[in-house]
Amino acid sequence: MRQTALTMVHELARRDPRVLFIGSDLSPGVLKGMKEEMPERFFMEGVSEAYVIGMAAGMAMDGFIPYINTIATFLTRRCLEQICIDACLENLPLRLIASGGGLVYAPLGPTHLATDDIALLRPLPNMAIVAPSDADEMKRLMEASLTWEGPLYIRLGKGGDPIVSRPEAGFAIGKAIPMRPAGRVLIVSTGVMTNRALAAADLLDGIGCGVLHMHTIKPLDVEGLLAAADGAQLVVTLEEHARIGGLGSAVVEALSDAGRLKPTLRLGLPDRFPEGYGSQDHLLELAGLQPSQVADTIRKTLDR
Amino acid sequence: MDARSRHLRSLVIDALEGGGRGHVGSTLSLIEIMRVLYDDVLRVRPDDPAWPDRDRLILSKGHGCLALYALLADKGFFPVDALKEQCRPDAMLGGHPQRGHTPGVEASTGALGHGLALGVGMALAARLQRRPSRVFVVMGDGELDEGSVWEAAMAAAKHRLDNLVALVDYNKLQSYGAVAEVLDLEPLADKWRSFGFAVAEVDGHDVGALHDRLASLPFQSGQPSILICHTVKGKGLDFAEGQALWHHKARIEAPDVARMRQALESAR
Repeated sequence: MRQTALTMVHELARRDPRVLFIGSDLSPGVLKGMKEEMPERFFMEGVSEAYVIGMAAGMAMDGFIPYINTIATFLTRRCLEQICIDACLENLPLRLIASGGGLVYAPLGPTHLATDDIALLRPLPNMAIVAPSDADEMKRLMEASLTWEGPLYIRLGKGGDPIVSRPEAGFAIGKAIPMRPAGRVLIVSTGVMTNRALAAADLLDGIGCGVLHMHTIKPLDVEGLLAAADGAQLVVTLEEHARIGGLGSAVVEALSDAGRLKPTLRLGLPDRFPEGYGSQDHLLELAGLQPSQVADTIRKTLDR
Repeated sequence: MDARSRHLRSLVIDALEGGGRGHVGSTLSLIEIMRVLYDDVLRVRPDDPAWPDRDRLILSKGHGCLALYALLADKGFFPVDALKEQCRPDAMLGGHPQRGHTPGVEASTGALGHGLALGVGMALAARLQRRPSRVFVVMGDGELDEGSVWEAAMAAAKHRLDNLVALVDYNKLQSYGAVAEVLDLEPLADKWRSFGFAVAEVDGHDVGALHDRLASLPFQSGQPSILICHTVKGKGLDFAEGQALWHHKARIEAPDVARMRQALESAR
């Protein structure tokens, strides 16, 4: 997914002279082709995220479209004020490509686990937040990113995630994609959790379980949500993020604001730092977010 | 103090009176720096604030905005009467500068430590777009406590941005008290030199000296420049000079204004 995103930055830079790439001390050889082809628009800056956001904002004020890549935790927690004031207040077209959204860096421990990125950015006016489900969708998102007016946060999965998106579904920032029509249950999921939502729905065959892929968490597709949830007895939100402030919060807020609140099961990470290391799958299992666990929880909730 | 410096300070007092509040000391130390920049150095067009080839001035110590507003009004970016409305609900001028809201303001500042990084970006943009624009970033001394300033400083030198000029309003007082006690910056010129800047120092209230120092830029080809301006916080109001309590006043009433006007008349 990251490779697709970076390849697309190069591709977009070929098409549009306003596109820049900025990394903060990434791995050797990253975007080597772009650096050789257009060195003046390739920037590898130091380990200094606060500066990088400010510098990118300064360039965006004079018409450039900077695509910035580093690890999600550093790209959010470290430089939140710069994102808020330099990028969001000015509504500048910064693209924050955040490597390792959620639990991707499980073996590296809590410093590298981006489990609060959505919650940190969601209250910032003008910020858009997108978490594509797979590399194919990433490509479509990157195409759409070029003309998006304001700041855009792009949450990357681990890579090698199963392809569940379909080209015929298209892609527009802020437009949810119905993957499966709702029956008694609708799962609203984002990012790579959509593949787990689909697998859980398979296990709930007799119940009738829909899946709405909410790749854009902000601006939330309220209309699409209300339409998909219509008739469902239970709405389930599924995300690789803290239960506080992420997709689940956004969905419940939207249902409440519309006066259409209904029983909602918010599945996400508990309000504590993940314990231990292992793999992304391991930590998801500890949090009860793997497909069979999700299906069980839904069944139990319906039986209550 | 000559008539022009006195006039600009009287505009600041108009704004303090109108808004009933404001950063007093941190504004008055800046007046001559901003005066010389706008009178003698900056290539800007008040009737065309978005002119692409203009020089950019970022007041990174945004709390000194009344000095910026006084100069922008004086140059005709907006009517002088707007000063009297500062901080009112529908005002053009807020308690910190806001880009897109006030003509001539290049960046929204007030959170310290942002301006130099923005300036690096603008200077890089000018280079890429082959524009003659230069970028000036005015920082406070307390602001230099922020680590982001030094991140940006290293990057400015790395990119050899000789179209970037930083200025420090070194009035030796931050909010709580003396800079030397809260967090000593010395040896300040050596610090900037070691970060790759060409450094000069000047009396920040000496208009002629400021003019001479800024007459030929950059200080060194291939390097960003910094001018450390030694100033007096509250300059021009004898009772406020060097007084940390006059950094900011949330309530300024008629007797305070009368006292300020009287002090300004006798300022040397």
